[in-house]
Amino acid sequence: MIELTHIHRNFQVGDQVVHALDDVTLNIAAGEYVSIMGPSGSGKSTLLNLLGLLDRPTSGTYRLNGRDVTSLSDIEQARVRNHEIGFVFQMFHLVPRLTAEENVELPLMLAGMPVEERRKKVASALKDLGLEARSHHRPEQLSGGQRQRVAIARATVTEPRVLLADEPTGNLDHKSGEDVIHILEQLNQRGITLIIVTHDLEMGQRAKRQLRMLDGRLHSDHSDGQPAELDHGAS
Amino acid sequence: MALHSADIARFSWGALRGYPTRTVLMLVAMAIGVSAVVVLTSLGEGARLYVMDKFASLGTNLIIVIPGRSETAGINPSTMMGETPRDLTLDDALALTRSYKVRRISPINVGSARVTHAGRARDTVILGTSAEMLAIRHWELAQGKFIPKMDLDRATSVAVIGKKIRDELFGAERAIGKWLRIGDRRFRVIGIMGSEGRSIGVDVQEIVMIPVASAQQLFNTSSVFRILVEAKTREAIEPVKQFIIDTLQKRHQGKKDVTVITQDAVLATFDRILGALTYAVGGIAAISLAVAGILIMNVMLVAVSQRTAEIGLLKALGASPRHIITLILAEAFLLSSLGAIAGYLLGQLGSWIIRYAFPVLPAYAPAWAVLISLLVAIVTGLLFSLMPARRAARLDPVQALSRR
Ligand SMILES: Nc1ncnc2c1ncn2[C@@H]1O[C@H](COP(=O)(O)OP(=O)(O)O)[C@@H](O)[C@H]1O
Ligand SMILES: [Mg+2]
Repeated sequence: MIELTHIHRNFQVGDQVVHALDDVTLNIAAGEYVSIMGPSGSGKSTLLNLLGLLDRPTSGTYRLNGRDVTSLSDIEQARVRNHEIGFVFQMFHLVPRLTAEENVELPLMLAGMPVEERRKKVASALKDLGLEARSHHRPEQLSGGQRQRVAIARATVTEPRVLLADEPTGNLDHKSGEDVIHILEQLNQRGITLIIVTHDLEMGQRAKRQLRMLDGRLHSDHSDGQPAELDHGAS
Repeated sequence: MALHSADIARFSWGALRGYPTRTVLMLVAMAIGVSAVVVLTSLGEGARLYVMDKFASLGTNLIIVIPGRSETAGINPSTMMGETPRDLTLDDALALTRSYKVRRISPINVGSARVTHAGRARDTVILGTSAEMLAIRHWELAQGKFIPKMDLDRATSVAVIGKKIRDELFGAERAIGKWLRIGDRRFRVIGIMGSEGRSIGVDVQEIVMIPVASAQQLFNTSSVFRILVEAKTREAIEPVKQFIIDTLQKRHQGKKDVTVITQDAVLATFDRILGALTYAVGGIAAISLAVAGILIMNVMLVAVSQRTAEIGLLKALGASPRHIITLILAEAFLLSSLGAIAGYLLGQLGSWIIRYAFPVLPAYAPAWAVLISLLVAIVTGLLFSLMPARRAARLDPVQALSRR
């Protein structure tokens, strides 16, 4: 469902060009559970942002569900983000003045969904994450783990096919982190394609498929614990 | 994907409440601008109406005929040959009634004489006039009757006196029906002029009015000082003016030897000047309102950078640039409308205070000023938020989200 071919992403910093992504080619099938690991600055977030259409590659093509999405207009990309992709961030990124319920409602509001339909979806998303009792709380009244659960509810309320999580446990204590990972894995078991960026080795190894990034390149790609080293020197 | 307007409103309202300092600041800026327009124009309009009213009390659709040509007074051949311009007569006045566009006329004579009664005396202005004068000048009697309707050349010995004259000559005594002496003639008092004090120039409380023919006898003249003509409508003023000139030219052997002035012309000048003044102060206030727009722009820019992460998030959740612009502009619209309404109320309070402090000034902001100030407030609010909104729409979501 995700096909990246020869993706480059360069950043101009002063008069230097940083190759944040350097010729990345990658296929991910629907329903996979993928972790992306690698040292800081290796391009993990850049890759995830590209997958989430928050960023455009400098060159290369990205096909999502068979459609080339790199050439879509801003409006069309926004629609794809809204319908097909869910994000979970390290910083949660909840709107502080909105209640849990209202935060979860945001993507549906942006989709222009009728109010009654929205209410139902929001309620069931919050219920799935055990947050019914917290629906009228604002983020400041919630613990870190609860906040991330609200963020997950928000990411999944649109029933996206892909869930992208950038260090989702980075700001949580161990226990809450475990909870969040369990929730994400459960979602994956129900069919969602899950891609997690992490530099927690233990967490990364839980994924059925593990990618390692190094200096903007895909360094390794293990599936089900069976290493499949990528050939670098050849090119 | 179109946002529901209820959602837009709710979201913007929430954003405004989320940043109360900023919101209050902008509301105050807007409110001051709008209330300034409302108060200043109400002041200007009040002044205009006040002056207009003063002039209107001289009479509506009034035309004044004066003997002599004022435009060419200096080099008029007749004056050069030592002729004085031909006087106006009662017959001239009578001739002017012969147009259906003329509602009423009144010739007047003015002079001063000693008025006495029972040993008390004073010198005062004597106005010779006719029954129509009351209606032409919108005067009201305090007591008794005015000069009766009769032929203009009938000299009856009746007088209408001002209140002050009555007080001085009669004191507490009843004046109506009593006789008084003007010069060497006796007149019977039939009416008292009250204080309506609205007339410019003459204080009716201090004059004595008698029939115009009686005044001619008193001052030993066959001419009249002025003829006042009231046209039926405002539109009739010009044709009546022409009619007067033509008629009197015919009667004066083809000489154009009268001056016809309309108080409309004077009124129009004042109207223009004061109207322009109102526009000017309104304009200045509106400009200051537009300047408030710059403040709005800055505040909105701050709002956008304050909420960078939120905007980035909305984009990540599927907001298109259009959505972002809509939400920011909705916020600006809400803010400037609320500010404008607050300013309107404040302005109305201000003009109420002016009216309370100066009851003679009808200080009501004209509708155009209110409308324009509200419009300018909302339009500047939107216009100056366009740039911040565009900037927000162009925000790179990755950077917006990574910033803390
Ligand atoms: N907007 C940017 N401008 C310049 N350089 C950037 C930008 N975003 C990322 N980079 C650079 O690209 C590289 C990869 O960054 P990133 O994907 O955030 O790494 P990771 O998430 O693996 O820590 C880093 O060298 C980083 O400095
Ligand atoms: Mg990162």
